[in-house]
Formats: sequence, C-alpha cells, structure tokens
Amino acid sequence: MKKLSLLVVTVAAALAVPVLAAAQAAPAGNAANGKRLFEKHNCYYCHGTAGQGGRDGARIAATALNAQALIRYVRQPAGSMPAFTDKILSDQELTDIYAYLKSLPAAKAPKDIPLLDQLRGK
Amino acid sequence: MATSKKSSVNRRGFLKGAAAGAAALVANPAAGSFQNAPARPVAQLPSAALVAAETSPPPPRTDVYTTDRPGSDFMLDIIKSLGFEYVAANPGSTFRALHESIINYGGNKAPELLTCCHEESSVGMAHGYAKIEGKPIMIMAHGTVGLQHASMAIYNAYADRVPVYIVIGNVADGPWRRSDVEWTHAVQDAALIVRDYTKWDDSPISLTQFAESAVRAYKIAMTPPMGPVVVVADAVLQEEPVSQEDRRRLRVPRLSMSAPPAGDSGTVAEVAKMLVAAENPLIVTGRSARTPNGLKLLVELAELLQAPVVDRRQRMNFPTRHPLYGTGNLATADLVMGLEVPDFWNVIHAQTPINRMGMESRPLTKPGARLITISSLDLLTKSNYQDFGRYNEVDLAIAADAEATLPSLIEACKRLITADRKRVFEARGARFAEAAKRIQEQTLQEAAWGWDASPITTARLSAELWNQIKNEDWSLVSDVVFQSWWPTRLWDFTKHYQFIGGHGAYGIGYGAPAAVGAALANRKYGRLTLNIQSDGDLNYAPGVLWTAAHHRIPLLSIMHNNRSYHQERMFVADMAARAERDVSRVGIGNDISDPNIDYATMAKAYGVYGAGPIENPNELGPAIKKAIEVVKRGEPALIDVVSQPR
Repeated sequence: MKKLSLLVVTVAAALAVPVLAAAQAAPAGNAANGKRLFEKHNCYYCHGTAGQGGRDGARIAATALNAQALIRYVRQPAGSMPAFTDKILSDQELTDIYAYLKSLPAAKAPKDIPLLDQLRGK
Repeated sequence: MATSKKSSVNRRGFLKGAAAGAAALVANPAAGSFQNAPARPVAQLPSAALVAAETSPPPPRTDVYTTDRPGSDFMLDIIKSLGFEYVAANPGSTFRALHESIINYGGNKAPELLTCCHEESSVGMAHGYAKIEGKPIMIMAHGTVGLQHASMAIYNAYADRVPVYIVIGNVADGPWRRSDVEWTHAVQDAALIVRDYTKWDDSPISLTQFAESAVRAYKIAMTPPMGPVVVVADAVLQEEPVSQEDRRRLRVPRLSMSAPPAGDSGTVAEVAKMLVAAENPLIVTGRSARTPNGLKLLVELAELLQAPVVDRRQRMNFPTRHPLYGTGNLATADLVMGLEVPDFWNVIHAQTPINRMGMESRPLTKPGARLITISSLDLLTKSNYQDFGRYNEVDLAIAADAEATLPSLIEACKRLITADRKRVFEARGARFAEAAKRIQEQTLQEAAWGWDASPITTARLSAELWNQIKNEDWSLVSDVVFQSWWPTRLWDFTKHYQFIGGHGAYGIGYGAPAAVGAALANRKYGRLTLNIQSDGDLNYAPGVLWTAAHHRIPLLSIMHNNRSYHQERMFVADMAARAERDVSRVGIGNDISDPNIDYATMAKAYGVYGAGPIENPNELGPAIKKAIEVVKRGEPALIDVVSQPR
C-alpha cells in the first residue's frame, strides 16, 4: 500500500458524486475485526499503526472516502499500491477495516500541540 | 626522513645470526621435518647439561634483527604530508609495520589511529567524516580479507562520490611469506575486487613509486567527481630497512591539487539564456553543494531567478525553510535544470511501481519542457556497476562540477536579466512564498496525525528532537528517507554541515559508522551531532559504538527502532498481494523481533550511555534532554525509541 498520497486525493475527487450517492447505503462494518485485519494484513507497513500515513502510504485514518470507494480503490489502486483482491480480503473484511479507520481519532490542530505550534509561521 | 646512526640489518641477515639451535635447523632443514624425525625416545631423566641449558639465561646473541628506519617510516612521511587527521583500521598483519610507524615514529598524531572493529566501519566512518570535513581520512586494511570486509562501504562512497583513501597491506613476493596465514592473506592484484567502484588504484613496488602513487591517489580522490582510491603498501617495502644511501634518494612529492572542472563560457551562456527566458524554471539538486559555498551559490542563483528548488536531499544544498525550497512543480515547469543529480531520469519520470516489472514509466514534465544537466557524474561512468541510471535525453548537458560552474552561470544570468524580467521573477517569487506558507501548514497538520501513538511516529520523534536541539549548534548526520523526511520537513536547516545526505548506493550498514565518522569531524568544532539510527543498519557492525566510546566521540543516536528490515517487508508484501497470497506472512525473514533487541543494553555493553526502549511519546523529550547532557560531556549516547515503520 504505497505512495497513495496524491492519488487518494485525486481518486476521492474523481469519485465525489458516486461517493455521496453510495454513502447512504453503506454496509455496516465491525471496527474491532477491522483493527485485527488491519494489523494482520500489515496495512500499517505503509499507512502507520495510527493510519497516519507517511512516505510510503497516504493517511487513511478518518478517511474522507466512503466504504465503497475505499473497496474500489483497494481492488484497483493507482500508483504503487498493490491491488488486494478478494482472495486476500473480502468486501466485508474491507468494510470492517473501513469501520476501524473511521473509528480512529482525528488529529488535533497543530495550534493545540505546543511542539508543532512553535513551528507555525517559521 | 631522519637518518640513523645505526647500521641496518636486513631480514635475511637475521637468519645467519640466530641462535645455535635455530641455525642448525636452517643449515639442515630436513633435520626438523616430520619425515625425518627419529623414533620416539624412551623417557629418561634430564642430564645436568640439559637442566643447565633450560634454566640458565640464554647466551647473548651475536646479532639481532633491528630496523631503525623501516620503509614504513618513509611511507608515513608521505601520509603525513597529505594532512590526514586520522587513520581508521581494524588491525592486520600485512600493515603491521605501518601501524607501528604511526604510533611510534609518528607519535600517533596527524594521523591518529582509530581502532575499528570492522573494515566496513572504517570506510563508513571515513565516508561520514569526509562529508563534514571536505577531505578524507585514511583507512588501513588487509589487501585480502580486510578489503573484502570493506567493499560494500567502498561502493557506497563511490556512488556518493566521496573521497575515501585506502591503504592496503599485501606480501606480493611469495618467498617472503612465512605461513599459510600469509599465503591466504596475499593476493596478486589486491585492488581488483574494488576496481569497479574506485576512481584509481596502484600497487607500487618501490618506495619512490609509493610516494608518487600515494600523493597522486590523494589528488585523484579529491578532484571532482570525487571517489575512493586504493594504494597498496607492500609488506616487504614496509618492513625492510631503508639504507642510508637509499634514504638520500627518497623525497616527499609536493601535492598539487587540480581545480574542479567547470563548464565552458559559451555553454554556460547558453544555459543562462534558457534560464532567464523560461517562465517556470525548476532547479533540481542532488549533490551540488560540495562545500558550504555551494549552498550559498545555489541560494544566489535561485533567488536571482526566483526559481524553486527540488532538493533530492543528498547533501545540504538549500535551506529547508526558504520559500523556494520544495515549492516547484515538475508538471508545470517549462525548464528543468538538474545539478549533480544521480539518476536524473527517475526524477523527471514517474517510476514504475515496485509491484509491477519495469517499462511502465511516463514523463512527469510537460511536452516541450527544456532539460539541462550540469553534473560531474558525466565524467566518471563505469560499466559493471550501473549506478549511472537510464539514459537522459536532455537539451543541454554540461559535464562539469556544478558548484564550480555556478559562479559563471550566476554572472551570465545577471548580464541577461532586464528590468522587465526582474519584475516577472519577483511576481513569481511572491507566488512561491505563498505556496511555501500553505505547504508548511499542511505539513504541520500531517505531523499531528498519530501524535500520541505508540509506537511513536517519526513526526513526533523529529519534533521532540528538534525541540531539544533548536538552540544548539547541531548537525544531523543520518539520512531522513526512512523517517518520511520529517526532519527536513520540520527543522530549520541552514548550514552546510547540518545535513550530509545518505548512503550513496543504499548499502545498509552505512548509517552507524558514517554517523560516528561525521561526529568525529564535528568534534573539534563543538557541534552537537545527531544520528537517527535505523535498527537494521546498526546490526551490521555495532562494534562502531565501541569505537565511538573508546575515542570519546560525542554523538547522540536516536534509534528508529521499527523492529524490521522494513523496506524489504513492504516489498515482500507487494509481491504477496500481487500473487494473491498470504500477506500476513511477509514478516518472516524481515522482522527483527522475538526477541526484541535491547539497544540500550547493547550500547552499554560497548561503553556508550544507553536509555530506553521508549514506547511512550511523552517520555521521549526528557530522555533526549538527559542524553544531550551526556553528549555535551564529550561522550556518545544512544536512546532506543520504538517507532512507527516510517
């Protein structure tokens, strides 16, 4: 799951309309099972254990995608991320992972973190 | 070279004056051989004569083997003339005479001997030292097993175009070898195994030739494009005395350095014309700042043109908080100029994803964008090791040192900039200044994600470290690629010694010794040297921690302990997904856990201050503060931080 960074933004924009339509019918996911799958299938290698992203993968914590868009992207990713087919992760399992990602806490604002706040405007 | 009042005795002369028993063996070698041994005698009491022989002081020797001026003393005269501060070595018999000359004849000063636990560490230290100090230290190694140990580190230095000066010992003449050890440590063409990734080597067969070759090697190593060199110090030349007559013939050649190659005035003028005419020029730099002046020159050129700079972070080329740092865009540039960029092709193309085999790349530049390269890499291209990358189809290429070419390029641009163009440039600069502010806000927001997570994020680690060192005269001597570049994204890098780039050839095992070598170079300037140390890297040759402790080299190492060979773990995960197989198993062969390595205890075992493992991010700041106090006392310190993968 590598080098998603700009591509996730692009995909999210491209899928904006279907994302909104599909959001209303999104299947429920099991966040606890999603956490287990996230760790078992090593999603954190590229996206970090907190889904924070980094050099090799986009931030996916509190993702702006809906479940269908996430599944679609995982099946047919752009860039360097390998495709994870349903032989590796079923739609339901990806939905569980999605639920886990949505359950992760949002980041604080940099102004509320003293070490980052001191860097603002520098 | 000083003369001696004592006459010299050569090694062969020693044999005729040896003790009587030994003389008998020499006279009749077969008498001592296994085949002619007499039948085993029956045990009997020793005679009075035998008792006396075994308990009395030995009779005075009629002659002993002394050498008041071995050839290695003269070799050291040459070495001293080149101004080496240090010589790094793991001891070896093929250079024992030179070793002894350094510590006694030379007084172990300039150069001072550094005790290394592995030849890869010796070269890695020299690699890091040279990037801070701008000149090499010397390395000594066996011509066989030592050079084999050193070879990966030499390849890193070669690919990074760093001067590394290696003297290897060898007994070239078979009859002078005394045992199977010396036969297995002897080689016909000692430098052969590293010739593909060194700039030059020689195997002198006389002291006069050694003198010229040693000085020539230094000159070659230091002339851009720089690189490693190897000089063989033959053991017989080292150990045998130099006669009074020969001493008068020997002299130390004067070192005459070459000026770095610079672009010719006509081509430089053409580049200036293209740069000034471009609407969206973009400068890409790899290793253009060879010296502190290279950094200043690039800032001057970028500001003159208000052209953004993409820094590949292979040297400290450009200040990280400058509004032109990282604000450019390849897709909109109408001119891209690469300065000392290894593998420029991969900069201007989207790389083939790792999970698919090659040939899927596409240009990142827009059609018609002009491409220029100024690089000394074009002056040193070899065949076997293919660090040259794909072929670049550019509009103009100058095979020259970029730093040496920048002064004339800046002047040529100044001559062409009209008032109208200056207004255009200023407007362009204002846009980039705005972009820089947006990028910084976005960067800080990204750093906030996972702020309180454990394992600790590399953003948090970098921010905690910056908070402790921001008011110090600091120098970060490790690469940032494995920490998602957080230090260069968050910290204020302004000085040339504050960053030195990475491996060169991505040969893991570079990080720890290079950090120790760089810290050694920083020591005399009183700088606080920082090393974000990858766990996999340290485990290649952790004995370098002992070298740091033994030689009192102040260095703060913060372990980026992700408990894996993480890059490879990701690669194998890619392959598993591609094959639609079990991704959960890819830690096998890649994870460094079960048991987890206790790096604080490892550090302590080598005599280095150790703390951790730290898993709670709130404990990191105080631990760094305490370790800095240790480093400021002149000692190395290490903090084990259990961290996110990247």
